Amino acid sequence: MGIGGGVGACVATVLVLPAGPASAADLVAARLQMALSLGWHIVLACLGVGMPALLLYAEWRAIRTGDGDSMRLARRWAKAIGVLFAVGAVSGTILSFEMGLLWPGLMGTYGEVIGLPFALEGIAFFVEAIFIGVYLYSWDRLPPRIHLLSGVPVLIAGVASAFFVVTANAWMNQPVGFVVENGRVRDVAPWRAMFNPATPPQTLHMIVAAFMVAGFATAGVYAVAMLRGRRDRYHRLGFMIPFTMAAVFAPIQILLGDYAAKFLAEYQPAKLAAAEGLFLTRAGAPLSLGGFVVDGELRYAIEIPNGLSLLVGYSPHTVVQGLDQVPVADRPPVTPVHLAFDTMVGIGFFLLLLSAWYVLAWGRRRELPRSRWFLRLAAVSGVAAVVAVEAGWVVTEVGRQPWVVYGRLRTFDAVNPVPGLWIGFAVVSLVYAVLTVATVYVLRRMARAPQELTHAPQEPE
Amino acid sequence: MDAAQILLVVMWVGVTLYALLAGADFGGGIWDLVAGRSRAGMPQRRLIEHSIGPVWEANHVWLIFVIVVLWTGYPPVFAAVMSTLYIPLTLAALGIIARGAAFVFRKASTELWQQRLFGAAFATSSVLTPFFLGTVAGGIASGRVPPGLATGDLVTSWLNPTSLLGGVLAVGVCAYLAAVYLCDDAGRAGLPGLAEGFRRRALFAGLGVGAVVLGGIAVVRWDAPRLFDGLAHRALPLVVAAAVLGLLSLALLWRRSYLSVRITAALAVTAVLWGWPLAQYPVMLPPGLTVEVAAADPAVLGATLVVLAVGALLVVPSMTWLLLLQRRTPYDPGAHG
Repeated sequence: MGIGGGVGACVATVLVLPAGPASAADLVAARLQMALSLGWHIVLACLGVGMPALLLYAEWRAIRTGDGDSMRLARRWAKAIGVLFAVGAVSGTILSFEMGLLWPGLMGTYGEVIGLPFALEGIAFFVEAIFIGVYLYSWDRLPPRIHLLSGVPVLIAGVASAFFVVTANAWMNQPVGFVVENGRVRDVAPWRAMFNPATPPQTLHMIVAAFMVAGFATAGVYAVAMLRGRRDRYHRLGFMIPFTMAAVFAPIQILLGDYAAKFLAEYQPAKLAAAEGLFLTRAGAPLSLGGFVVDGELRYAIEIPNGLSLLVGYSPHTVVQGLDQVPVADRPPVTPVHLAFDTMVGIGFFLLLLSAWYVLAWGRRRELPRSRWFLRLAAVSGVAAVVAVEAGWVVTEVGRQPWVVYGRLRTFDAVNPVPGLWIGFAVVSLVYAVLTVATVYVLRRMARAPQELTHAPQEPE
Repeated sequence: MDAAQILLVVMWVGVTLYALLAGADFGGGIWDLVAGRSRAGMPQRRLIEHSIGPVWEANHVWLIFVIVVLWTGYPPVFAAVMSTLYIPLTLAALGIIARGAAFVFRKASTELWQQRLFGAAFATSSVLTPFFLGTVAGGIASGRVPPGLATGDLVTSWLNPTSLLGGVLAVGVCAYLAAVYLCDDAGRAGLPGLAEGFRRRALFAGLGVGAVVLGGIAVVRWDAPRLFDGLAHRALPLVVAAAVLGLLSLALLWRRSYLSVRITAALAVTAVLWGWPLAQYPVMLPPGLTVEVAAADPAVLGATLVVLAVGALLVVPSMTWLLLLQRRTPYDPGAHG
């Protein structure tokens, strides 16, 4: 930038002052709008990361063995991915708009620090969009193996996108790699910002979650069909391929969740304290399940003595930091974070047990568990996995409050000061409601369409 | 050139590609809107769907690219634009959702009433989205987006003569590009009748855009004198080039040289697009926020440029392959998918 840089920094001071007084209602509206758009997109993103793996496996199996059922599954999943990817592409774009529309105070100052992973994500998204176009539109025009290979970049780019985007969120939890001077950042180390301490636990936890959502949700569709009596090989295969993938990731996710919690104990104790509902810093900290906060303490929780200390440090003598170490003004709201955390962990163990049931039955008899209850639970496992992901994001995002950039920038200083953000939120909510109804409707129609129509779409009349 | 200038050029290449590629996809939606009743408009709609289907998502990514480069490279500009132009950008974002989702829903649905409903949403949002993006361009170019958070007027920053000109011009350019490309696509699909129809539309749209530009000169002179000054001096060669290429394109359309007009029309639009930044350089947000002041830390600019260069090595060959595959995909008049 040369000599102008010094002058520039001084002028810039005036440019990116904190946004200042947005009304409380507008701040809430902005947060809800971001939560709605993010929470919506995350579901699509998870399916977009995980489903290509299922699709490619089915197609690979079909090419290798000539199995018609596998090929029919691959074709069916490809159609679903076509719809999901398009909707995910636009719902993701809205997020990049909203970063500026809702949080210009964040982006005006720190946009450059977290820009690099987004640039990388942009490239990954390009690769994904290009190859999904190639894959979906060239099925009968490329040799089978080349066609299969053209889908591999979709899988890699999907995982890479998830990684890059989550590094940016990790940075908001562990902001490193810059110095702030006169309201403008300088000495930015973009790679250090990207590979911040929170990057490994958060990215691993999220990517595995994506594969679990895709696996359980896809399997759930076939579990419903099997409960309705369609137990032919096609439906069994359609259940087993995704469920197996999800069952493999379920135990890994429990370990990664433990890793992420231990990370919080060391780097972001306020968030862990909120997640566990721990107010008093102490050794022998109990693990509290459920309950809610009344007058500054967690009530009605089931307590496992020493549980939290044992989890954090493998010893009942481990001292766990409570919220009493955090100034009142800097504390996240405890009840929602704690309940969301318990929801996520509870569902994680439910999915682990369900997976174990499946693996045991398969190990013993080479067939699915006979109980209808297995299929019933499997049918809701996809929804459960989605709820767990959403709850996890509540822990991450609400647990970081009142900060948008942990310890650096408060959320109310980041919000767009324009009046009437709640009107925007109302309109966006309406659009998302319509989008949800339409997406579910189209996907259900596709799932119900007779199989032979997968190949030859009907002439519209 | 320093890193801030190079990144600005890279960003504007992104803007250009978004306009030339995704713009034509929006234009396809515009022609879809006026294609007539369900049965009569079916062949045109099929051709439009055939041309857009495989590529619109990849084309759409250029917008995300531009947004990310803007906030990474010039964060104060991004913050100012997004906060002041909150209304048109929110509406453009909603248009983007409606366009993409409705397009793919229409393709996935089999009943006529659904195709009509989704088709209407697709086509309407294909008009509104470029319009709002055009008003954003007009607001910035006429100096109505001052630096700082939401310091510009929430309404007049995008409801003003230059913004309206920008909006109408954006819609016109999208429609024009789409019609030009569709002439060539229809010709190669072996549908000379459709090609004739799109040739008529392209001529009509081309003349329309020309008229808007001529009228726009007066609007800009009166409403955005600084921009006018830049266009009349530094950017004059590009303005002249745009005019010449525009006339040449009309002549080529008249002579049915569909492949050549694809190129000249794209170049004409490119000349217009590059005229704007050239006219106001080095100012990013008039009156005073320059590239130098707005630019991010040199380490960020360097890392971003390296990443984008590596990314280009991945993206350019694959994008070329996709576009070639799409061009070679035989047109199937009976296929609805």
